[in-house]
Amino acid sequence: MDALVLARMQFAANITFHILFPTISIALGWLLLFFRWRWLATRRGADAQGAQGWLDAYRFWTKVFALSFALGVVSGITMSFQFGTNWPGFMERVGNVAGPLLGYEVLTAFFLEAGFLGVMLFGHGKVSEPVHLMATFFVAFGTTLSAFWILALNSWMQTPAGHEIINGEFEVKSWVEVIFNPSFPYRFTHMVLASALTCAFLLAGLSAWQVLRGVGQRSAPRVLRVGLTLAAALIPVQIFVGDLHGLNTLKHQPAKIAAMEGVWQTQRGAPLLLFAIPDATERRNHFEIAVPKGASLILTHKADGEIKGLNEFPGAHPPPLPLFFGFRIMVGMGVLMLATSWAGWVLYRRAHWQPARLPRALLRLLAGMTFSGWVATVAGWYVTEIGRQPFVVYGLVRTADVASKVPAAMIGLTLALYVTLYLALIVAYVTVLKYMAEKPEEVLQNDAVDQAATPAGATTSPVVQGGAA
Amino acid sequence: MNWMGFDTALPVIFMALMGGSMLVYVISDGYDLGVGMLMHRATDAEKDVMVASIGPFWDANETWLVLGVGILLIAFPKAHGLVLGELYLPVALMLIGLTLRGVAFDFRVKARDTHKQTWDRLFFAGSTLASVSQGWMLGRYVSGFGTGWNYPLFAAAIAAALPMAYVLMGATWLVMKTEGELQARAVQWAKIAWAPMVGGLVLISMATPWISATVRERWFALPEVIALMAIPLMTLISLLAVRGLLNTRVVRGPVCWLPFALLIVVFVLGFLGLAYSIYPYVVIDRLTLWQAASSPAALKVILFGVCLSVPAIVGYTIFSYRVFRGKTGELKYA
Repeated sequence: MDALVLARMQFAANITFHILFPTISIALGWLLLFFRWRWLATRRGADAQGAQGWLDAYRFWTKVFALSFALGVVSGITMSFQFGTNWPGFMERVGNVAGPLLGYEVLTAFFLEAGFLGVMLFGHGKVSEPVHLMATFFVAFGTTLSAFWILALNSWMQTPAGHEIINGEFEVKSWVEVIFNPSFPYRFTHMVLASALTCAFLLAGLSAWQVLRGVGQRSAPRVLRVGLTLAAALIPVQIFVGDLHGLNTLKHQPAKIAAMEGVWQTQRGAPLLLFAIPDATERRNHFEIAVPKGASLILTHKADGEIKGLNEFPGAHPPPLPLFFGFRIMVGMGVLMLATSWAGWVLYRRAHWQPARLPRALLRLLAGMTFSGWVATVAGWYVTEIGRQPFVVYGLVRTADVASKVPAAMIGLTLALYVTLYLALIVAYVTVLKYMAEKPEEVLQNDAVDQAATPAGATTSPVVQGGAA
Repeated sequence: MNWMGFDTALPVIFMALMGGSMLVYVISDGYDLGVGMLMHRATDAEKDVMVASIGPFWDANETWLVLGVGILLIAFPKAHGLVLGELYLPVALMLIGLTLRGVAFDFRVKARDTHKQTWDRLFFAGSTLASVSQGWMLGRYVSGFGTGWNYPLFAAAIAAALPMAYVLMGATWLVMKTEGELQARAVQWAKIAWAPMVGGLVLISMATPWISATVRERWFALPEVIALMAIPLMTLISLLAVRGLLNTRVVRGPVCWLPFALLIVVFVLGFLGLAYSIYPYVVIDRLTLWQAASSPAALKVILFGVCLSVPAIVGYTIFSYRVFRGKTGELKYA
């Protein structure tokens, strides 16, 4: 394999591993703030048990957040290095655009999160309630701001705007146009919703698992309700936004749409392919199952609307096979999420929010879909990122021109190391989450021990001695 | 200041920011990594206290590395590609080490008890791998990625010495943050690490001018040499003071913070010496900071953000250290 393919695989492996964790932490930060607020609002009320449930939920999910955040940080650090190791030409050519965007991400967001995270995780009881609530807010705000800058850069690479090219180097003409480039509003909304849905199914899935195992009885019913409600409310919004994003892509990156739909020849009334195997060498599809005029209807909202084919973009279109299937996996997962969350919400409401009265099959389905958000998110990112190829900045800079000169063997070796590490860590993450869900009391117990062991000036000593006695 | 002058000064400002971030990273993650490398010498209960003493800080500490590399990436894109291309393998190994160490923090307390030992071992292995890789990278970088038999030897010497410096930092951090038996053992650990660290430092100080003609000319020209002597002299005095303190009883009482503080002084002095050797190059003898820098327009945009956020970062870093000041609890001894 040549060095370019290996470098792309390595970057893809790292960015795939990385995106799993921000996808959880972006929305989970806000959900923690919600749990915390519910506890503060109900703790002096009549339902002491209920209030305690919110506090349990907050503490348990804070642990999940900490773990996800740690994995996001370490893989994010790797990425900041791989820009240079794998794509040295990228920053040389577009550094004047990409640099400030990445810089603002690090400065405003990363530090905001990491600085306040310590207070949020270990500071309970050491700082006042309002300060702790503020710290939680800043962590949530920081993760979202991170996403804002990174998606601004990614969107600019997809639909570049607001720049001029002087002697091969990019200079910025208007920052507003660079940041709010044509695809940014759609991509940002789409990603934030994807994060919320991923979290919704994570909450619902782990809670359903707890109900099945008969543990976490104070918090699981509440969290299950939050997860199902969030999922049921947001999935239609996500489908709507996704459609808008698709129309935006059709306008700015028609080659990507052609690859997603498996359209080779430009045609009016293009069919919607439910299944096909696009063949890039013969430049046609095998085994088509099609709905006549479907693609034109969806994409142009007209039965005989014109869809540009891949043959219009010789040597400048992405490989159709991964886009075709990636897109169908994402959409298929979305439909499954819609059906599950709506059915689940209705049944749960009919059961008067008592999980014991829910059908076991539904709980098992929800538990099985705990990480369904990951599948949809990663499939979607593959569509959009592979869909940008063979360019790194769409239409302007080719990926091959910015790749590093590091020998293929070296890239191959480190790729193998990274992939082994990442697979092991994903297994460890999922195993630990399952273990934590099955033993929530133990997690909360450990939490209390951790809190006491963390230094907080003179105040710790009595706690420590009390615990030791 | 006229704008032409300011444009020329911009890369210098960013060089200072990058160097400053790297210095803060080496000091702050240095003690984290040092504590990690001492893990295998501690009992299970002590391990918990050791991890608890760095738990609230390591995340923010590691972000200084991101800021440092981030500035290299965004302000000196041409150097970023050159440096990281040369250091491809050690960078990958360091990242794997930092990843293992970072996730072990969380996994060791959340995993089943039977797996805890595995994560503790990975914590140690990750800390060591990251420290050794950083030492190697520092050695290669300082010598301008030269080729020849003596260059890898030089890098290997630093790869052995830097972890020792980190271990000394970690041990003195534990002297400051813990009490009782663990504190007594930390004093012992510090004594063990002191000699190899000082030996490594002396060796490097002698080898650097030998390996690089540029550095030699910088340091041994009259009359600068007289003024410059202050740096090694103060370093030596600080290091001797650390060693002397470790033998006293007060180091476990009122001045428990002093060895750690003195080591920070040593790191700052070492950094100043290094900065003097290298300036105005980003990559010694190959690329000056003006050759490597982004356009002044882009740098101004970043500088605006830096002026807004760096004071805030410094502010809440101080806040965070205040919240978590004092001794780490020893609950798990019970």
